Formats: sequence, structure tokens, C-alpha cells
Amino acid sequence: METVVGILNYLVFFAITACVYSVLTLGLNVQWGYTGLFNIGVAGFYAVGAYTSALVSGPPPGTLDWRMFGGWGLPFPIGFLSAGVVAALLALLLGWITIRLKEDYLAIASIGIAEVIRLLIKNEAWLTNGVWGLKNIPSPLFHPVQSGVEVFLAAHPQLPPWLAQLARGAYNWVYLAGLLAVVGMLYWVLERGLRSPWGRVLRAIRDDERAAAAQGKNVAAFKLQAFVLGSGIMGLAGSLYAHYARYLSVEKFEPFYGTFIVWVMLVAGGSGNNRGAILGAFLVWGLWAGTDFLTEYLPLSDVQASALRVVLVGLLLIGVLLLRPRGVVGEQRFVSRLFKA
Amino acid sequence: MGALEQLPQLAVYGVVSGSIITLGAVGLSLTYSILRFSNFSHGDLMTTGAYMGLGFLWLFQGLLPGRWAPLSFGPALLPALALAMVGNAGLAIVVDRLVFRRLRRAKPVLLLMAAVGVAFVLRNLVLFGAQSDPLYYSRRIQRALVLGGIRIKADQLFVIGVALLAVLALHLFLRYTKTGKAMRAMADNPDLAQVSGINTERVVIWTWALGAALAALAGILSGIENKLITPELGWQTLLPLFAAVILGGIGSPYGAMLGGMTIGLAEEVSTAFISTSYKPAVAFGVLVVMLLVRPQGLLGRR
Repeated sequence: METVVGILNYLVFFAITACVYSVLTLGLNVQWGYTGLFNIGVAGFYAVGAYTSALVSGPPPGTLDWRMFGGWGLPFPIGFLSAGVVAALLALLLGWITIRLKEDYLAIASIGIAEVIRLLIKNEAWLTNGVWGLKNIPSPLFHPVQSGVEVFLAAHPQLPPWLAQLARGAYNWVYLAGLLAVVGMLYWVLERGLRSPWGRVLRAIRDDERAAAAQGKNVAAFKLQAFVLGSGIMGLAGSLYAHYARYLSVEKFEPFYGTFIVWVMLVAGGSGNNRGAILGAFLVWGLWAGTDFLTEYLPLSDVQASALRVVLVGLLLIGVLLLRPRGVVGEQRFVSRLFKA
Repeated sequence: MGALEQLPQLAVYGVVSGSIITLGAVGLSLTYSILRFSNFSHGDLMTTGAYMGLGFLWLFQGLLPGRWAPLSFGPALLPALALAMVGNAGLAIVVDRLVFRRLRRAKPVLLLMAAVGVAFVLRNLVLFGAQSDPLYYSRRIQRALVLGGIRIKADQLFVIGVALLAVLALHLFLRYTKTGKAMRAMADNPDLAQVSGINTERVVIWTWALGAALAALAGILSGIENKLITPELGWQTLLPLFAAVILGGIGSPYGAMLGGMTIGLAEEVSTAFISTSYKPAVAFGVLVVMLLVRPQGLLGRR
């Protein structure tokens, strides 16, 4: 029974990570799937969101910290929203420079901004605590839940051990429930957006920019809106990650974990389809976790094992692009809810 | 020492790193103008080239021992250089056959994405084979020559010389050979090139071969200049490469030379004023300014 609970607890942990990635893929889907914007600096917006939220809602600098700033301990919702707002503002600035130019320029500029942000996190210790990372970021509702569990366990001393073990992991279930609510809400809002006139313009721009412009649509303005919205959502994902992990350091925002795997998730799941985006996050993260178990049985060093896994994910992306560019689910063709195409 | 007195010295370092960036950027610009997509795996082609070069160097050191003082290497480098360039060209052609050729008719942005995938695969294959610890081209501590108050190592003079020769050779190739002319024709107008009887697939293969050979050269020279290579080498150079290409005008090889030198100089000179760890950010800063002021680049056409 204990093993079953152990597996269950692992699955909850797995689902939490996959949910955070779902938020990232939903954000990227607004940019790439709806509008065709090629942002390969996802990690930058994700990191900005995570650090913003941690500084707004986290504790003030400790005595051993290099940081001299932030840690206002504001409630989680404020940290969460400011994460989205700051990431969106950054996107507004970057988009304002590059959105009118060819798609290659946005791609390069987005790599650049992600790299600059990574360097800033590493080097500006007064703000981010540098390579020592941000510690003790509070998880929302952690204390009420945890003390509730303590009270429950004290009142029921004869519980079978597996049930007590399950109860001790209760907080992760609560966090997962909150995450599922966020993903569900985002999904609903984004579906509404996609099926609205606004969403139709975005898809028109993606499929034929000149035709959309000829219809009198302000192409640059719509692209900028999609870019800012998508990046804001990536910022929210950063906040959700920060308050679960409780510790932030620069490694989590390197190009593979922060950007590349998100792209593979979206493309494999089915870009242009929000269900595909969520499905892709769970599938690819499952694959990634699965290969972790697999490489344990091979006589490889840690570096080799992780390199091999990245090669597999890279081949997956190339394979999907060559063999099934629609992804697993693919985009649904529709005009509006009144009118089936 | 004040920032101003350092400037001539930093300018020399800038020319050295500018030479390396130029070789990478020229290849990137070449593939862009003929294949019509930004090849995000170009940096990692530098990495594969640098590792091939080191492998061949170890192989030939047994056959051709010795060292050309004051350089840090001996005759073994020359065959290693040549074989690595050929090997890297072969690798790029194989990748093209397996991946890019099948997407030739797709939207260019899908090629871009495939290139990102190829970049991660190549880098991690190198990481898998060679592990993450740096490998050394040379562990010798080299004394710098002093010319007119400026310190420069013999290896650095070699880097500049080889880059100059390579760029000159490319110029002559593009200008006077039949293949070179066909490449320029295809860059100008692919459809017209095809109807005038140019075998476009052959031109594409040549483009990959040239671009990858130059990338290998850039990777090896960076190994000689920095003494060591890591699997991250090419990825870390990608931003300066693109900055150089955009600065010069995307798709213009001569612009890429100008851009490469400018970025090299800007990066090195900036170290007099800001922390060295922000070197890649300097390249990005130049890029952003250029996008704002003159997005078509210094020598670009619109």
C-alpha cells in the first residue's frame, strides 16, 4: 500500500510540473499557434515572471543574502498578477522593436532577450541573489493546510500508515487543484478569444498577412497584442513554478527547460489547438520523465544520460515536423460557432 | 590602467574575436541568402567542427610531431584543419538530406524550427561523446609578443591571417568560379536561376559545404584562441553571429564581414566599461540598436 501511495504522490508531483508547462504551452500557442509568431525566448518571460512573483510575495533578504531588494511579502495573488504584468511589459518593449520586421528578427531578438535575462539573473546579485538563488518563497495556503493535516493526524492516531502518508502529502493535492483551476480558466478564456472575431483576425494574419492587411486589419497591432498576451501568460507560469518550487536559480531557465521543451510540447500536441497544447505538455513531460527511468539502466554518466534524453526530444521535434506537422490533435478548422467550415 | 589607455589593446583583441565571428557569420549569411531561412544550428556546426578538428589534431600529432615556435601548435594542425572542414561539410550535407531538404517546400518558419531542433541534437551528440568538461587544444602558456606597446600572441596573428585568407578565398570563389556565380544567381532570384539551367540542388549542396567548412574553421580558430573548447561553444557564439549578420545586412556576405568585425570590436572594447560576463549582451545591444535605426543592415538592400 505504501508503494501505491508513493506512486500516487509522484504522479501528483508529475502533474504539477506538467500543469506549469501547460500554462507555458498555452501562452506559446497564442503566439505561434494562433498568430504564427516565432518566439524562442520563452525562458526569458518565464524567468521574469518567476522572479517578479518571488520578489513581490517572498520574504525580505536574509542575513546571508546578497540581495538588497524586494521581498515585500505581499499576498500570492498580487505576486501572481504582477508576474504576468511585468512579463507582458517586457514583451511590449521587445515587440514594439521587432514586430514589424520579418519573423527571423523576432526569433533572434527573443533568443537575445532570454540570454540577457539569464545573464542579469546570474550577475545582478543585488536583485536576484545571483547564483545563490532565491530561497524560502512561500507557497500559498501552505500553513493552513499543513496545520489542518497535523490536527487531523493528532485526532486520529490509529490511522493505517498509508493513509497518514497520503494525508501528509495533502498540500501537493491542494496546489494541483489550484493549478488545474488556473489551466481550466486559461483554456476557457483562450478558447473564447480564439473563436471571437479577434481570434479570427490572428489566424488570418498567420495564414496570409497581406490578405489580412488588405481587409483593413492593423496587422502589427494584432501581432503585438498576441505577443504581449502570450508572454504575460508565460510570466504567470513562472509565478506558479516559483511558489511551488520555493527556490529559484538560473539553471531552471536555461534554453532547454525554459524554451525548447515547451516548443516540442506545443508542436507535438498540436499547435493552434489549446487542447493539443495541454495534451502535448503532459505527453512530452511524461516522455521526458520516462526516459529518466530508462537511462538509469544504461551504463552512462549523468551528463551523457541527460544529453541522450535531449537528443531524443530533439529528434521527436524533427520527426513531428517531417511526418506529422499537425501534431497529435491538430488544429480544428472552423469559422465561428454558428458556421461550420 | 584607465579605460582609454586600454583601448588599443582591446581593439587588437576585438580584431581577433571579430575574425572568428566573421568566419561564422559569412557562412550563416551564405546559407541564409541561398536557402532562405535563418539557420539556428549554424553555431552548433562550429562546435562539431571544433571537436572534429581536435580529434584529427590528436590523430596527426603522432605522425607529424613538433611545434612551430612561437605558435602553440605544429604541422599536425594543417591536415586536421582540412579534414575537419571536409568532415563538417559532409555532416551538414547529411543533415540537409535527412531534414532540411524534406522541408524545402514548407513555410520558411518551419525550417527555422527544424534548425532549432537540429541545433539541440548536434550539441547534445557532442556532449554525449565528449562530456561537458572542456577539452584543450593546447595547455601551453604562450608569451605574448610586444609590438609598439601592444601585446599580441603568435596564435592570434595566425587566427587573423587564416581568417583573412579564408575570406579572400571565398570572395574569389564567389566572383570567378562557375559554382560561385551560380550561387550568387540563386541568391538573387532562385526561379530565374533554375530556368537558366542552374542545377539548384547542386548549388544547395555547395552552400551547405561552404558554410559548414567555414563554421569548422571558425570553431577550430576559437579553440586555438581560447585554448579550450566546450560543447556550448557554438551556442554561445550564436547571438554574436546573428548580430553580425543583421548588422551587415542579412544575406550579404560582405556585410557579414563588416558586421563580424564590428561585433568583435564592440564586445572587446565594452570590457573596459562593463563586466566581461555581459559580452553576449553587448552583441544583443548592437543588434537592437540596428533593428531600430536601420533594420536592413549596413550593406543590405530593401
